[in-house]
Amino acid sequence: MASAEATQDQVLRSEWGGGRSPFAVGWPKLMMWLFLVQDTLTFAGLLTAYGFVRIAAGRWPVQEEIFNLYLVGFMSFVLICSSATMAVAVAASRAGERDRALRYLLYTVLGGLVFLGCQVYEWSHFIHEGARLFNNPWGVPLFSATFFIITGFHGAHVTAGVIYLLVTAVRHQRREIQPESVEIAGLYWHFVDLVWVFIFVLLYLL
Amino acid sequence: MEGTEGGLRDAQGRRIAPGAKVRSGELEGTVARVEPAYGVLTIITEAARAGKTERMVRASTVEVLEEAPQRPHHEPFIRRYIFSLDHKVIGIQYLFTSLFMALVGGVLAMLIRLQLGWPGVRWGLAAALFPGGFAGGQMKPDFYLAVVTMHGTIMVFFVLTTVLSGGFGNFLIPLQIGARDMAFPWMNMMSYWLLVPAIVVLLASFFVTGGAAGGGWTAYPPLSAIPAAAPGSGLGQTLWLVALAILIVALLFGSLNYITTILQLRTRGMSMMRLPLTIWGLFVTAVLMLLSFPVLFAAAIMLLFDRLGGTSFFVPAGVYVGGEVLSHAGGNPLLWQHLFWFLGHPEVYVLILPAMGMVSDIMATHGRKPVFGYQFMVGSIVAIGVLSFLVWAHHMYTSGMNPLVAMAFMTTTLAIAVPSAVKTFNWLATLWGARIQFTTSMLYAIGFVSLFVTGGLTGVFLAQPPVDIYMHDTFFVVAHFHFVMASAALFGVFAGIYHWFPKMFGRFMNERLGKIHFWLTFIGIYATFFPMHFAGFSGMMRRIYSTQVYAFLADLAPLNVFISVAAFGLGLAQLLFVYNFLYSLRRGPVADRNPWRATTLEWETPSPPPHGNFPDELPVVHRWAYDYSLPGAPDDFVPQTTPLRPAPVAGGQDAGGPQG
Repeated sequence: MASAEATQDQVLRSEWGGGRSPFAVGWPKLMMWLFLVQDTLTFAGLLTAYGFVRIAAGRWPVQEEIFNLYLVGFMSFVLICSSATMAVAVAASRAGERDRALRYLLYTVLGGLVFLGCQVYEWSHFIHEGARLFNNPWGVPLFSATFFIITGFHGAHVTAGVIYLLVTAVRHQRREIQPESVEIAGLYWHFVDLVWVFIFVLLYLL
Repeated sequence: MEGTEGGLRDAQGRRIAPGAKVRSGELEGTVARVEPAYGVLTIITEAARAGKTERMVRASTVEVLEEAPQRPHHEPFIRRYIFSLDHKVIGIQYLFTSLFMALVGGVLAMLIRLQLGWPGVRWGLAAALFPGGFAGGQMKPDFYLAVVTMHGTIMVFFVLTTVLSGGFGNFLIPLQIGARDMAFPWMNMMSYWLLVPAIVVLLASFFVTGGAAGGGWTAYPPLSAIPAAAPGSGLGQTLWLVALAILIVALLFGSLNYITTILQLRTRGMSMMRLPLTIWGLFVTAVLMLLSFPVLFAAAIMLLFDRLGGTSFFVPAGVYVGGEVLSHAGGNPLLWQHLFWFLGHPEVYVLILPAMGMVSDIMATHGRKPVFGYQFMVGSIVAIGVLSFLVWAHHMYTSGMNPLVAMAFMTTTLAIAVPSAVKTFNWLATLWGARIQFTTSMLYAIGFVSLFVTGGLTGVFLAQPPVDIYMHDTFFVVAHFHFVMASAALFGVFAGIYHWFPKMFGRFMNERLGKIHFWLTFIGIYATFFPMHFAGFSGMMRRIYSTQVYAFLADLAPLNVFISVAAFGLGLAQLLFVYNFLYSLRRGPVADRNPWRATTLEWETPSPPPHGNFPDELPVVHRWAYDYSLPGAPDDFVPQTTPLRPAPVAGGQDAGGPQG
């Protein structure tokens, strides 16, 4: 193995402990990446099940007649914007501009809250129209079940993310954490947004 | 260990340790935590405005103003032994908990054999011990099904998974890679303290109305989805799902920690291709858990909604229960099978891969010979890990799937035989010409290979749909997985316990008792499980309550009596182990630092290792883990910390080692 020949020297000289760092990232960040991998698989399990029951059902309600796609589009837009503000916050934190970082972190939190507010409105409207976890007026019971479980699971992630970002913002302002921690919080937030894109496409559009 | 690479010191050579007063640039404060392997530390600064603040700085920027006072590490009892953050304590907690659960699961196994050996007989004593499960001295069918289900669940999830990954993983990973602790000690503690409520919930299900879950450890719907379907489908099944969901979170915490620790906290010189195979096994296992358990988690959520929320993911239309049609519609029970086995098949490798790694290391140590084909051993562990995600549907050949799909899954399943055979032949080649020391742990390691081969061969039969359609859900399958996965993994556990007991507790286990335990267990396992092949051939169903139900099973009664007697002997033999284990904890002969004369890092530190694992600086690794009987070396083993010499045959460099 040609690659291994240089190891002994490199390894002993490197500042990092165990040979060449495999991903050149700190372990808190690696941990978040791994967590996101497993969370991806949880969502993948749910979305695969959704695809399975939908294909098995044979017929499926026409979503655009039931959902207000303008509202959902607005929600998606807000969430994607919050990803952008998150990116600005990470950059500001890295540049040492704490106040700017705080401001953009709070914009991101605001985006999350607006998204959650819209989701509460959407859910209550949906329930008002007669949708229940186990039944709905559109003839395919699993239509509402998958909707509630998948958007609910995602909504729980957004809620957790809002709390996470608030804690990060406070701790960052009090100089208790490093810019990398903000970046790690950002990873989580971008992940939640990315998952939403899949949910938006699969549950509302297709 | 020469030089100061391992520990952290400033330019003047003063130790950077918790409690030291340090300056880094403009910051001044007290060191709170040090991560030597990563070259960073956290200091607490007294800022005028914000009060105390933690800052992380690079070790290279630090100047020590005042060294930390040297004082022994002392923590209150609860912090030290109950809610401990130390990976060794957590590992031993996992070990003890799993061994306790093994006793529970073992008693359940004895109940199964009691019923199958002598169906219809009245048992006064058993009825007195389990008043809810026996009616008029006879075991009730629903109790029998609950016992079978819980035996499987406990043994797979709460014994073998937890003892191998939780017990040995926690104890060995930081020690063998030369780290002070896991990357996230607090999360590690949470992992164990989630296991405890999971066990409480699981065992509580025995005492609720209807008893524990009875739908099998695979929890197939509709039995598991419809609360009214069977006695055990009620609250017992709900608790089963809740217990499993808690356990999944605990195991995910664990596996995140194992992967991060192995990738990031290796000591200087410990490159991936110098890791002992134990670590490779645990590493790939952690990856498998990380990728497969979330899917089961998603499935468990949906099943819970089916049960409690009235959804019907897994319940098709037109299911009758008690003469009335259910309102569920649109679901499909096969969806559960796909999701479950996407976890379930990697899960069996979660049990076997750490055992494979441990057995390889034990063979090298007690055979005084390098492991044969280290790179191929690593490669086959990884290959098995990858393939394990592509074979799940071989559990579902009889579900009515397209034969073409079955063909595809047959191919991937048979492909697993290749890396498995590579490993087996490498073990044999390791033993070939070795100076084998027949210690108890070596006997168990060799026994592991025997069981793995016996069970693996029947796996080749079962991988083929035409054979499997005949054998499916018979005792042939029971025999197969008890050999290849259950008892092989158990042998890995025993080998590991006898081998690392001196390191864990600073004392030896009794070798004479250990060898008696080995021979009784080895013969007991073959006597118990081998005849099950014949029972399965003859058509005896896997979860059948009584062989008296069908006339064609009547001939199997003597065989079942034999199996039951063997199983009781096997069960009794384990009491020897319990006695040996408990006795040796306090009275065993004291072990020194490196009693087996092994090369890996955990033997470079006192037994049991102190808090922080390595008393002084972290060891520096210069070679692979298998320099046994090196020609020209003064001793028959060369620890990983010994520097390479520019001699003709220097360590792992030219001597067929991983560097070659």
